[in-house]
Amino acid sequence: MSRWIRFVGWLFTSLTGLCCLMILAMVVIILGDILVHGAPGLSWEFVSAEPRVGMTEGGIFPAIFGTVALVLLMTAAVVPLGVATAIYLHEYAAQDSRVVHLVRLALQNLAGVPAIVFGLFGLGFFVQFAGGGLDALFFGGRLAFGQPCILWAALTLAVLTLPTVVVATEESLRAVPKSYREAAYSMGATRWQVMRRVVLPQSVGGMLTGAILAISRGAGEVAPIMFTGAAYYLPYLPKKLNDQFMELGYHIYVMTTQSPDVEATLPILYSTVLVLLLVTFGLNFTAVIVRSRIRRRLRQT
Amino acid sequence: MSDADSVIEVRGFSAWYGTHAALEDVSLDVLAGEILGIIGPAGGGKSTFLRSLNRLNDLQANFRSSGTIRYLGLDLADPRVDVARLRRRIGMVFAVPVPLPGTIRDNLALGPSFNGTRADLPALMEKTLRAAYLWDEVKDRLGMSAFSLSGGQQQRLCLARTLMMEPDVLLLDEPCSGLDPISTAKIEDALEELKKEVTVVLVTNNVMQASRVADRTAFFLQGRLVECGPTAQLFLTPKETVTNEYVSGRFG
Amino acid sequence: MSSLPPAAEDLFLRPRSVLLERIVEWTIRSSAFVVIAALVLIFVFVGKEALPILTSSAVHEEVDLVRMVAPLESGGFSWQPVSTVPKYSLLPLFLGTLKVTLVALLFAIPVALGAAIFTSEFAPQGIREVLKPVVELLAGIPSVVVGFFALMVLATWLQDAFGLLLRLNAITAGLGLAVAVIPIVYTVAEDALTAVPQVFRDGSFALGANRWQTAWRVVLPAAMPGVFAACVLGAGRAFGETMIVLMSSGNAPTVSLDPTESFRSFSATIAAELGEAVHGGPHYHVLFFLGAFLFVVTFGLNLAGHWYVGRLRDKMQGKSRLASRGGGR
Repeated sequence: MSRWIRFVGWLFTSLTGLCCLMILAMVVIILGDILVHGAPGLSWEFVSAEPRVGMTEGGIFPAIFGTVALVLLMTAAVVPLGVATAIYLHEYAAQDSRVVHLVRLALQNLAGVPAIVFGLFGLGFFVQFAGGGLDALFFGGRLAFGQPCILWAALTLAVLTLPTVVVATEESLRAVPKSYREAAYSMGATRWQVMRRVVLPQSVGGMLTGAILAISRGAGEVAPIMFTGAAYYLPYLPKKLNDQFMELGYHIYVMTTQSPDVEATLPILYSTVLVLLLVTFGLNFTAVIVRSRIRRRLRQT
Repeated sequence: MSDADSVIEVRGFSAWYGTHAALEDVSLDVLAGEILGIIGPAGGGKSTFLRSLNRLNDLQANFRSSGTIRYLGLDLADPRVDVARLRRRIGMVFAVPVPLPGTIRDNLALGPSFNGTRADLPALMEKTLRAAYLWDEVKDRLGMSAFSLSGGQQQRLCLARTLMMEPDVLLLDEPCSGLDPISTAKIEDALEELKKEVTVVLVTNNVMQASRVADRTAFFLQGRLVECGPTAQLFLTPKETVTNEYVSGRFG
Repeated sequence: MSSLPPAAEDLFLRPRSVLLERIVEWTIRSSAFVVIAALVLIFVFVGKEALPILTSSAVHEEVDLVRMVAPLESGGFSWQPVSTVPKYSLLPLFLGTLKVTLVALLFAIPVALGAAIFTSEFAPQGIREVLKPVVELLAGIPSVVVGFFALMVLATWLQDAFGLLLRLNAITAGLGLAVAVIPIVYTVAEDALTAVPQVFRDGSFALGANRWQTAWRVVLPAAMPGVFAACVLGAGRAFGETMIVLMSSGNAPTVSLDPTESFRSFSATIAAELGEAVHGGPHYHVLFFLGAFLFVVTFGLNLAGHWYVGRLRDKMQGKSRLASRGGGR
């Protein structure tokens, strides 16, 4: 009997341990495969040159440029909004108030909305409603913003990444000791002065983490930008807010599913995937380091 | 109107955190230029009382109060009162030193910056640091992190930081509770000097400290003011037996 | 009482400083409302374009709700929105979504739960600190990359290993989808398991149970609402995920529950067809209708998931308070 119990225990432990190994194996296999096949194609020319011969040769510079421009625009929109929301939730609102519950509920659910629904929303709200409205109001009905473009794609991604920024910022606000706030208030600071002079400088790291995580998330999302601004191929770089743009993830999707000769483009494709991974993981890694720095500093004080 | 020489008048003041009553029907005057000591066992409402004087309890979501507190005849609950301005005039030092991140100079400059006044800051810093008996120890390293100071030095920095606002009234919440005897002595010396310019309310759970520095002493027990009088009288001939038991160390 | 000393009147609020504080407060307050507004706007603007399916007679000439659900006049069910007689049966898409979600969950839930149990109950601290970043890494892989991998590599491996007829099928897509689902199930489940107070385990050990008995009979039941939440949230993710399925499903709207056949999901249909659908046409509105459906279903799953998380939190707080009170005596 006791031998049997010991055997079941051993089995249970090994099975669950095996699950861990499987997760580890997935990461290693996926990343390893892409690294092995993608690394040989990486070169300065690859990241700095235009695509040639129907995108089967040359580089992916326009896609990299478009991705960077997209996420920068997105960051400019989502960070102020997300930080302000976090400040509201943690500093201004009465805790346990209805509004706070509602905002938190909205954030949780926003984080669970499928990416493709964001794409539909971006098309319906930004491109057609906001863009069409702008055109009717300011451009005399001429088509300017009522079409998919980098601005609307960036704003769509901003809505998608909003929960990420709020959560990271709120975590860092929580890490600022209550005694700092009391000390500042007792010195005659107004609420905004307490925020600006004492609390926010202490939580810059959290905001940075939020921004980085949002960027790394935004840089990898394809479904929301398919109909809101990403282009299959463009002979020029986006220069205005209402230009379309090429983007790494969308580029990968298009090349994988719609290329006439996938085998021929496979090496280039692998390298493109590797570049996208380097961008997202590079940013993620930075966020991890920034976060651990903050935690260490907080532990010291 | 009130007596000319009372700075703060408290009348029938009660306070609650949620359903827990922290203060019940307290009436007490703080006289101009005195050091008022407040003693009593922990949980007796001393800190709540002190934090009501500069409305710091407003930060507590579930805090409620009734009764009035007047400062210079002005009801603190008056909606016209600018709480921030009030707190610049009624400064506070906490039980645990709370240096803020940044240099010693940053800490001292913070309070005046809230006010927008940029008077002669370096001179004012020297004055307050001297008043807090800290000048000699830090005059050569004002640019160093406030965290590099020892606990006693940090608390004196907090005192100096509060003095930078040139307050009328100084509220001290057990300022020496974590300090060594030498630092404590320095703060007590500083208070003796300070009372020429400011009125001091000193909460302490060290009965001897009250007897050393306070002009008058109030004894709080379980949210009520038991009695208040000149320090010598309260210690030697208290009206209530429970006060006698507390100051002679029989409980608390 | 009428006259206050000037020093007291100096304490009154100044309009200018009040104004600044008000402006800041309203800016901050309104940005929080933007979050609520965003969710409402998503619903309104997706719903607005989906509504003609129910109301517009122009759309009804080509499609309506009954024709999307009932068998076609020509018999059977089929999804052919761009043929001369467009056909909009939802059944093929429903079956496709169902089978890929099932495959993904059948694989992801046991693996993620097993790993969560291992990390919270058996693993030494060191392994725990390795696995968390690994799972974060897995979660950080963009879904287009997972889709690429499933399409290019996984499909070939599975075809060779099992001798499948088609490269792209529900097994390939389901396993790819599992990569996206595992991190969320693992994270929520692991949180739930570690939230179980240590006294539960100590009590069980004291009664002579060993670690797996404790894990299986004490910790897992105690954490059940959280584990359930993990599964529900994972299902929501699987149901709505687009790129992985789009790239590795074969996109054939077949009426079949056979996991070795190609299929097409709701989400992938939107992604694949919206680019070509005529703006304002019946097809366009049908695709938004699918989007609204996705939104409502995932919204429901998320609400349910977070409700269970909340219930677990209440339960643990109640019990741990009891436990600590008991421990204090």
